[in-house]
Amino acid sequence: MNLSISALISAMPGAIAQGLIWGIMGIGVYITYKVLDIADLTVDGTMCTGGAVCIVMMLAGQPMWLCLLCSFLAGMLAGLITGLLHTAMGISAILAGILTQMALWTVNLQIMGTPNQAISLNNYDLLVSLRYITDGGYPFYQNPLFVVSLFIIAIIAALYWFFGTEMGCGIRAVGANLNMAKAQGINTNLYKVLGLMLSNGLVALSSALISQYQGFADINMGRGAIVIGLAAVVIGSVLASKWAKNFALKLFCVVLGAIIYYIVLQIVSWMRINPDYLKMLSAVIVALFLAVPYWKSRYAVRRKITKTTGGGGDA
Amino acid sequence: MLELKNIRKTFNAGTINEKLALDDLNLTLNEGDFVTVIGGNGAGKSTMLNAIAGIWPLDSGSIVIDGKDVSRLPEFKRAAYIGRVFQDPMMGTAGSMNIEDNLALAARRGKRRNLRWGIRAEERVAYKEMLADLGLGLESRLTASVGLLSGGQRQALTLLMASLQHPKLLLLDEHTAALDPKTAAKVLELSDKIVQEHGLTTLMVTHNMRDAIAHGNRLIMMSNGKIIFDISGEGKKKLTVEDLLQQFEKASGMQFANDRALLG
Repeated sequence: MNLSISALISAMPGAIAQGLIWGIMGIGVYITYKVLDIADLTVDGTMCTGGAVCIVMMLAGQPMWLCLLCSFLAGMLAGLITGLLHTAMGISAILAGILTQMALWTVNLQIMGTPNQAISLNNYDLLVSLRYITDGGYPFYQNPLFVVSLFIIAIIAALYWFFGTEMGCGIRAVGANLNMAKAQGINTNLYKVLGLMLSNGLVALSSALISQYQGFADINMGRGAIVIGLAAVVIGSVLASKWAKNFALKLFCVVLGAIIYYIVLQIVSWMRINPDYLKMLSAVIVALFLAVPYWKSRYAVRRKITKTTGGGGDA
Repeated sequence: MLELKNIRKTFNAGTINEKLALDDLNLTLNEGDFVTVIGGNGAGKSTMLNAIAGIWPLDSGSIVIDGKDVSRLPEFKRAAYIGRVFQDPMMGTAGSMNIEDNLALAARRGKRRNLRWGIRAEERVAYKEMLADLGLGLESRLTASVGLLSGGQRQALTLLMASLQHPKLLLLDEHTAALDPKTAAKVLELSDKIVQEHGLTTLMVTHNMRDAIAHGNRLIMMSNGKIIFDISGEGKKKLTVEDLLQQFEKASGMQFANDRALLG
């Protein structure tokens, strides 16, 4: 047993880099779960699709930016399918996501040809890689912490702009009050589909980055992704509840949430806890964080009732 | 301005709960008509408004607004012609968005939404003036979340949003029923003012007979999915609650005993 602090500290940059990349995924989940008020389970499939597309295209010698763009588009396509299942075929959003996720398993295997596709830094110029951190000797602008941070700033800026436009406001209205949105002439079905596409596009982009970072795409890499995304969102909203009113700051908090999640995960694995327990632990953490606002509101109501009855007694 | 031709709607057709909600109903509104709608529970008042708004398709019949047949248009497309205020103050506004965002959404009703910024600076100035006209102190709270407003404030805001685009038709569905009497009176007064200012053709459903008599230039009474009484002009001005109760008894007979309590 070696529980040295230095081992933990040296593992931190890797954990933070992973958190940053998953933060992009968390932003995608935020768009469906918080903005559109839909729990979209497509992401468990999309979280592999993006990586599969990216790695296979890179192995075929395509330029990096094209690979990332195609990953993003593939994710949007997955979101489109879920959106159509939901709006055009009347399937509940959660079930529509599960159906697409199921179908994506086959699609992902077809894209990769095998359950796993590896890519090596020795033969390919990767945009982000764990080895840029661990090997040493790479300039700072190749450090994943720096590169992914730039990505995140660009994504948050673009989303801040988009959700401020007439179209983006329409998507927000659909999530905030469906009845009101229809009464104000918003094509609610169209905007739900748009939101789902945007969300899954970002998830696929995150997937493309994470598979480069770890050096492979794997058919199982998306399993349980929604829980990690939700963890980022709920931890992020607890952080944001105090001070972040601005949309960009809220998204930033989601990224922070993902980073915190991966730091906790790193600590857990540093403590030599059986990795088989991790999924259970994640589920419990997310369940607790989701319960906090509910418990808070109940507590607030009870306190209000005690206060008023108490006041009545005095008078 | 509005023509309802033989509109018919049955809910839960073929089941034990089958209910004929609109029974080949006919109604024509002239431009600038302010019509109050009364009737017992289940008479079809709200159903008629929902039919016009396009919440669900009709079984048969047609709806024409300003010469255009909208019977087959989905709800969001009909919204271009219609402003609506609902009974539930939560329903007409987005609580998690702020006041100016809600107004800006309403200002774009019936227009293409594209990638221009969602609200312009000159709009803000205009909204401030309109909110000041409401006399509720909302003009200094443009960026406050609508969820923080009271029910009356939210209804007033919904009213403003509904009338912002000067719609061909304004539908008020018991929009003061969920408010306390004082606030309800204030919102009704605002409704009157806004309707008159823009000369809006309006349908207002209410449970309150006195309100139905005091407002508008025409009154219709519904029962079992039909219009059973329709009065306007001088006749309406002389109308009393007693007259209405008598009319109700005459037209609907047996029903009256059940509905008297609700209408009184």
